[in-house]
Amino acid sequence: MRKSIGLSFVYLALVSLLAALFFGCIGAFQYIMPELLRDSFPFYKIRPLHVSLIVAWIFLASVGGIYHALPRILQKPLYSNKLAIWHYWIFLITGVVIIISYLFGYFGGREYWAFSPILAIPIIISWFFLIINFFTTIKGYRIELCEDKNGTSKLVWPVYIWMWATGIIFFFLTFIEAYLWLIPYFRENIIGELTVQWKAYGSLVGSWNMLVYGLAIYVMEKTSDTRISSMPLTYSLFFLGFINLLLGWSHHIYIIPAAKWIRLLGYAISMTELIVLAKIIWDWKGILKQGKKHIHSIPYRFLLSSDFWIITNLIVAIIISIPAINIYTHGTHITVAHAMGSTIGINTMILLASIFYMVSENRKEDYSETELKLIYRGFWLTNISLAIFWTTLIASGVVKSYYTLEDMPFQQIMNSLHSYFIVFAISGMSLLIGIVMIVIPLLSKLSANQLAENEQ
Amino acid sequence: MKMILPIKILLFIILAYFVYSFAIYNQVMHTEVARKSISPLAVKGKDVFQKFNCISCHQIYGLGGYIGPDLTNTISEKGEAYAEAFLRNGSLRMPNFNLNDTQVEALIEMLKAVDSSGSFPAKDFDVSWYGTIQKKEKE
Repeated sequence: MRKSIGLSFVYLALVSLLAALFFGCIGAFQYIMPELLRDSFPFYKIRPLHVSLIVAWIFLASVGGIYHALPRILQKPLYSNKLAIWHYWIFLITGVVIIISYLFGYFGGREYWAFSPILAIPIIISWFFLIINFFTTIKGYRIELCEDKNGTSKLVWPVYIWMWATGIIFFFLTFIEAYLWLIPYFRENIIGELTVQWKAYGSLVGSWNMLVYGLAIYVMEKTSDTRISSMPLTYSLFFLGFINLLLGWSHHIYIIPAAKWIRLLGYAISMTELIVLAKIIWDWKGILKQGKKHIHSIPYRFLLSSDFWIITNLIVAIIISIPAINIYTHGTHITVAHAMGSTIGINTMILLASIFYMVSENRKEDYSETELKLIYRGFWLTNISLAIFWTTLIASGVVKSYYTLEDMPFQQIMNSLHSYFIVFAISGMSLLIGIVMIVIPLLSKLSANQLAENEQ
Repeated sequence: MKMILPIKILLFIILAYFVYSFAIYNQVMHTEVARKSISPLAVKGKDVFQKFNCISCHQIYGLGGYIGPDLTNTISEKGEAYAEAFLRNGSLRMPNFNLNDTQVEALIEMLKAVDSSGSFPAKDFDVSWYGTIQKKEKE
């Protein structure tokens, strides 16, 4: 008997989530009180802490989910538990060093990866351990679910294995690509460097989304009665999403004077998301019906709420991917709303669903009445706060865009947005409280050593 | 043996990604604007910009943080002296970083290089009926 390494990752992930939201709240209050901690704990330290810890939350939770799920799917242990433990410790130590470096003001100064480039090396090495572990573990794995007309079984991976495989490989590639700026050829060229940076980032976000969405499908399949992971339609949506996430990055940089065909390609690819949106809306009635059936399941509730956020964020994403609209929304809080809606509404809801599934599967009885009350209230508080938070960001983005076009000075725009920022900070705070209410029972389950289990 | 198929597909996708990335780099590094390399001092300015994590508050071409203003065209719109005053003293929101003369000079050089590369926010664009944008030709 030994504690699952997957759950150790998850524990760390939950701690990162709480810390990320805590720093996020301080940052939000600095919007309305500009002098708050300005010299002792300034925004340029708070923001990277918030962003890096949120990214850590997403990675730790999804990697933990994969380490936990793989042995169950394949019904055999991981290729190397030792390698996974090394991965965990390298991640943890690097994370601590990154936090300390931010606190002391040592930065690499790039968006997302604000830490010194030297700290990317252990991350790359530990990710390489994951690649070895993942691909060696699934080596020889095949399922024979899909049969063609002749009754011959096709050798297919369930779609979530595909998603994890592509997510793991492409994160490795795009993370390295994000450091091309270290080469003078790129460094000495402003437009070239920006384009390459956002090309890598667009795909990089796509890669971690693959890990998260793979977990969503895995949990969805386990909590419902439908074998969705091997349906041809699920595969087509996966490939559509995959192409989108890897090629649709240029909607981030329409504004940069790069080649026209890059903009056109990004625009065309982004519009294919309409197909995904149409499919989700088409299925919505069925999802609601299923929802009623499985409402007793905690993971299913979180997945249902992520579905709501997928629709709202996808609508915004499609609208702001139209270049003629993007030129007005780019650089405003509408982009922040899109980012927050995706990381909290979609990714966090999915990851919490997967953690609830990992911790107790569908056994509601694992939680006391008080814990259940706390979780359900936390769930509603989080979603309502996020809705207010998100709407405020969209509204402040519209206002900022309007005033920018009117040539209003930046400081005046910030003053006119003050009331929006108050709502934004307060809803951010209540969002943190909601998440704490959800996470506390999970942490106590994980730390009470109730989860000692077989890697089998 | 049968297992090899998904791995083959994966390898093909990776290869396609490399080819596609190379095409992108080749394109973006050779556009008219991109061909203009920046001075060593401006490169040094980029280092200073990153060292103090300026992107967490400011934006370049609308990319970055939101608590401070976009800096793409600060030099042409506000002037060097304006930029220098903020760099040396900070503001209500911005701490004073106690930058030395070389750092200030390098940052201003970098801002000049960014300024000459294009404009933001976009104002001089033609919009096509299908929603794409194209920078207006200068008359």
